[in-house]
Amino acid sequence: MQDNLILRVIAKALIPIIFLYAFYVQFHGDFSPGGGFQAGVIFSTAILLYALVFGMDKAADVLTDKMLIGLASGGVLLYGGVGVASMLLGGNYLDYNVLADNPVTGQHIGIILIELGVGMTVASTMLLIFFSFARRMVFR
Amino acid sequence: MILDWLSYTLITLGALLSVIGGIGLHRMPDFYCRLHAVGVTDTLCSFLILFGLSFQAGFSLATVKLFLIFAFLLFTSPTASFSLSHSAWKWGLTPIGVREDAPSMKIKVREES
Repeated sequence: MQDNLILRVIAKALIPIIFLYAFYVQFHGDFSPGGGFQAGVIFSTAILLYALVFGMDKAADVLTDKMLIGLASGGVLLYGGVGVASMLLGGNYLDYNVLADNPVTGQHIGIILIELGVGMTVASTMLLIFFSFARRMVFR
Repeated sequence: MILDWLSYTLITLGALLSVIGGIGLHRMPDFYCRLHAVGVTDTLCSFLILFGLSFQAGFSLATVKLFLIFAFLLFTSPTASFSLSHSAWKWGLTPIGVREDAPSMKIKVREES
């Protein structure tokens, strides 16, 4: 697909918009439909489109496997860390109310952090799966 | 009142076009014909439906979002059709009614490096 002018131009214009939309879904997730999982999938779709149009090597140069594995486990760590933090502050596991002085603010902080963790994990895991399968196709 | 009827008309036309595209996708004999049926109706259909919906929404944030969706579809849907047909032609899918050794089958797609 690297020889395709129309596809390259359109992809170059669309990828930033897809990133922007992913962040909108991510950080608007506590007010409207959406959230970490969907945002992560949309985010990974943008990078996947880049990898399909411009070649996988260029995408893999920026997002190395090490970094993706780190992001994937970091998201889970963030999710668990919020739960443990609320336990340390005297609530139950994932009890957002104790994270701030005001319960409403605490809920906001908790949900945003949790969704961020989910988004990081989903995006990097999707990319890891895609890269591993694509590499198998290349080496065969 | 007029706006309401205008939007109903536009949405009905869009839905009709969508049905026509669906019938074409189902009944046409080969890949290129099917792609033609869907690719031609798709953009106008989405335009009519979104335009009709924006009449219902009035001047609000929803209209802006509908316009953004339309702009997105306007660029992506022809690109997807082009990309599909381009790769089908490149890997040698013969259109129906054309012999394998016909002169038009000799046309190669231009390779841009």
